[in-house]
Amino acid sequence: MDETAFLDDPLRVGEFTLRSRLLVGTGKYRDFEETARALELSGADCVTVAVRRVNLDPSAGPSLFDHIDRQRYTILPNTAGCFDVESAVRTAQLSRDLLDTPLVKLEVLGDERTLLPDPIGTLEATRRLVEDGFTVMVYTSDDARLGVYLAEAGAACVMPAGSPIGSGQGVLNPNAIRILMELIDVPVIVDAGVGTASDVSQAMELGAEGVLLNTGIAGARDPLRMAVAMKHACIAGRLAHLSGRIPRKLYANASSPMAGRIDGAEG
Amino acid sequence: MSDPESVHITVNGEPWELALGSTVAELLERLGLRPEVVAVEINRELAPRSTRAERILAEGDVVELVTLVGGG
Repeated sequence: MDETAFLDDPLRVGEFTLRSRLLVGTGKYRDFEETARALELSGADCVTVAVRRVNLDPSAGPSLFDHIDRQRYTILPNTAGCFDVESAVRTAQLSRDLLDTPLVKLEVLGDERTLLPDPIGTLEATRRLVEDGFTVMVYTSDDARLGVYLAEAGAACVMPAGSPIGSGQGVLNPNAIRILMELIDVPVIVDAGVGTASDVSQAMELGAEGVLLNTGIAGARDPLRMAVAMKHACIAGRLAHLSGRIPRKLYANASSPMAGRIDGAEG
Repeated sequence: MSDPESVHITVNGEPWELALGSTVAELLERLGLRPEVVAVEINRELAPRSTRAERILAEGDVVELVTLVGGG
């Protein structure tokens, strides 16, 4: 039997279908070539980008536009760096005009030091963008009740932070994420905080529908090798989730039979 | 002092002087920007791609020109 027989359904977010459950960012790479190679090796088919002022210097180099194959990737523009509802909504509207996509990764952050999401602003911006026809993938804290409000507001998926953005602390409160998944019907994608491959596997084993990360790959000593690691970690975690882990027991439980040992020892 | 044949606007925080009657499309051309990689906001409101050829910039307009950059 071929292992591809065990691959499961694609991830659906609103009207979008993603084969890979790993979503990756495009920030912090050394150059566009490294970005493009890391994206390819990660196996992701949804990649996040940011929206910023264009460089008016006529000698400005090539654009990220030239290094992301838009036929191949679903581009997910974010509102990173927005600390109020108004700027997040404006940024989303600019990104929709720029990319001709209704997709947006909504971030409304509280402050620059912690980059923790502002829950009230996030909910308000979700409502406004959903009303305006966006497919909102919303970055939020791991507060389960807030996740319910965001889903009720029409978010296409809810994306709780495993831990603070770029912190590499992994999934700090797995139980909160499990509870959130029980309470809402739209996909839960763990976004932010991934430090290494096992963090991705853990999130997927919990039952997350996907993981979104950037620094975990871009900040590794060898980003391209880490991109491959993250790809496999995501698949491994997903398959383990679908397979069902065994219960944890206090005592050992031998895998080899006790009966039939040499010297006639009784089992 | 101010030339009646020109308008003064702000582009990404910098002052710019344009010929009276300049459109958004003409501004992008003058700046040497590929129109497909830019989105435009004027006075905090989106100026949609479809309106660039007709939208005339007015004295004091505050223009934001954005593009994609790497990010998570």
